[in-house]
Amino acid sequence: MTSQAHHQPSVATAAPFVPRSSMPSVGSLVRRPEVGSLIGMIAVLIFFSIFGGANFLSAGGAASWLNVASELGIIALPIGLLMIAGHLDLSVGSMIPASSMTVAIISGHYDLPIIVGILASLGLGLAVGFINGVLVIRTKVPSFVVTLATLFALAGLTLGLSVILSGSTSVALKSGSTAKLLFGDYLGGKFEVTLFWWIAAILIVGFILNFSRFGNWILAMGGDAVSARNAGIPTDRVTIALFMSSGLCASFVGMSQAILYNSAQVAAGQSFIFNSIIAVVIGGVLLTGGYGSVVGIVLGTLTFSIVNQGIFYTGFDANWASLIIGVLLLAAVLMNNTFRTMALTYAPRTKSRVRS
Amino acid sequence: MTTPLLRLTGINKSFGPIDVLHDISLEVNRGEVLCLLGDNGAGKSTLIKILSGVHKPTSGTMDMDGKSVAFDSPRDASDHGIATVHQFGGTFPLMSIGRSFFVGAEPTRRWGPLTIYDRKRANEIAVTEMRQLGITRIDDGDRLVGGLSGGERQALAIARAVHFGASVLILDEPTAALGVKEAAHVLRIVLQARRKGIAVIFITHNVVHALTVGDHFAVLIRGSKAADFRKGEKSREAITDLMAGGEQMAELEAEIESFSAADNGHAPRGASHA
Repeated sequence: MTSQAHHQPSVATAAPFVPRSSMPSVGSLVRRPEVGSLIGMIAVLIFFSIFGGANFLSAGGAASWLNVASELGIIALPIGLLMIAGHLDLSVGSMIPASSMTVAIISGHYDLPIIVGILASLGLGLAVGFINGVLVIRTKVPSFVVTLATLFALAGLTLGLSVILSGSTSVALKSGSTAKLLFGDYLGGKFEVTLFWWIAAILIVGFILNFSRFGNWILAMGGDAVSARNAGIPTDRVTIALFMSSGLCASFVGMSQAILYNSAQVAAGQSFIFNSIIAVVIGGVLLTGGYGSVVGIVLGTLTFSIVNQGIFYTGFDANWASLIIGVLLLAAVLMNNTFRTMALTYAPRTKSRVRS
Repeated sequence: MTTPLLRLTGINKSFGPIDVLHDISLEVNRGEVLCLLGDNGAGKSTLIKILSGVHKPTSGTMDMDGKSVAFDSPRDASDHGIATVHQFGGTFPLMSIGRSFFVGAEPTRRWGPLTIYDRKRANEIAVTEMRQLGITRIDDGDRLVGGLSGGERQALAIARAVHFGASVLILDEPTAALGVKEAAHVLRIVLQARRKGIAVIFITHNVVHALTVGDHFAVLIRGSKAADFRKGEKSREAITDLMAGGEQMAELEAEIESFSAADNGHAPRGASHA
């Protein structure tokens, strides 16, 4: 079957047709369903620029929401891929503190080299992701329920083991200068280095989704899992790989937080569960799977972070932030639906429509 | 045409105590359209699922080109050149035409050290293959499949099967959800596939569509093959009668008569509530 796909494109020249010009038109822009997310982000940016004043626009102001965006973004990317494939992962909420505690207990409490702690926490993330993936494909229980179960199980395990091993729910961590520089430092005293890890993650996930065969498999699985399997896609392996990537990314964020703050707590990270889903949905990913883009996920993450942090620069009570996010989420979903419908019904020039 | 491309001999299928298919024997040749007719529940879908590797027959044999085959999975069947196209095309509405066309067999090219999905080539081939089936409206492989009409989606799925070298094309009610013009187009595509030497198994309960393209007909009634004839051997009325199940109709008539007799020529009381 694959050998067929590799023959020379002689077939392509058999029937003459003029490819459409590659000049972007208004139509082709509207056809990009990310337009909705872009408009949303620009709207909140303008809103908070007006009400937040100069402080919001300063480097410090930008850093405050970019730092939030980078931590959330690293998790939102694999969550977005999972959602495109038709799955959810709630267990990231426990994965973050679990990996923070792992690195803190190993390298802080037991004073082992920091690299051991880092590898152990990333390994834990991969292992939890693997367990999630295997449970989902073996039991056929919806991933929402499976990862809800692992969310609680892992939270309990983290709390129990932390108390047994370190006698405390909060462990200090002193990491070396290299680890600090790589995972837990501020650039220019303001920007977290995780920002660069986020950019790297965007490039990697963007490549996977748009330019690799694997990306096509993810889209197909979310669109119609049965047809995808019949087309020869190893859906089980793809599912496990996606859960492992979200476990890895969540443990990365937990680990770098522990290094950044020089300590780890058992109860941190629950906010990431919904925040990552909100960012991804604002970004135009279909909750039911089959559609989404990396550009959209990034825009959604930025939008969420701007609202989340921007509120502190305005004169408003910060309690209103959640209200804004709630309204924004609904507005974004409605707008994304509109743009998706436009993308579906968009027809380039209708002159050749005489046939059939 | 000595050995048929695909031959089923004495296929039986039961799910637990329920017998779904009894002793089905069929033959399809290259470049021939076999129409499988039957009412809902006649066992058509089960037969397709056996052909496409979803189910295994309880007993009976299948051979292709004279060699005995048994399919372990849909993938296995498609590796043997059997492609199944379902009513809604089995395509992905929110994927582009090019991506949908090559799902699971994406063309790739080198990009520096990386191997990447060759979007341009996928789009070109997909659009060209669809144009060859007469879908001339489509000239951009980046368009989403969801923007295509039902007939165009069928064409996309058939073009895909043809491109990947299917020798047996199973079309499951391809015209059922389509309007008259769209259905005509799909029938034309069926004839094109036949001209390419593909053996087509066309499942339908529309006798007119079947008679338009079929060379060979088989009628299934309650899991058994009730008739097997070639083009021109039976009239449209005879086939329609057969599909509706001659005996059942007779039974029904007898029943109505007995009701009428019992109620002095009036419909029974309960009937008005039905």
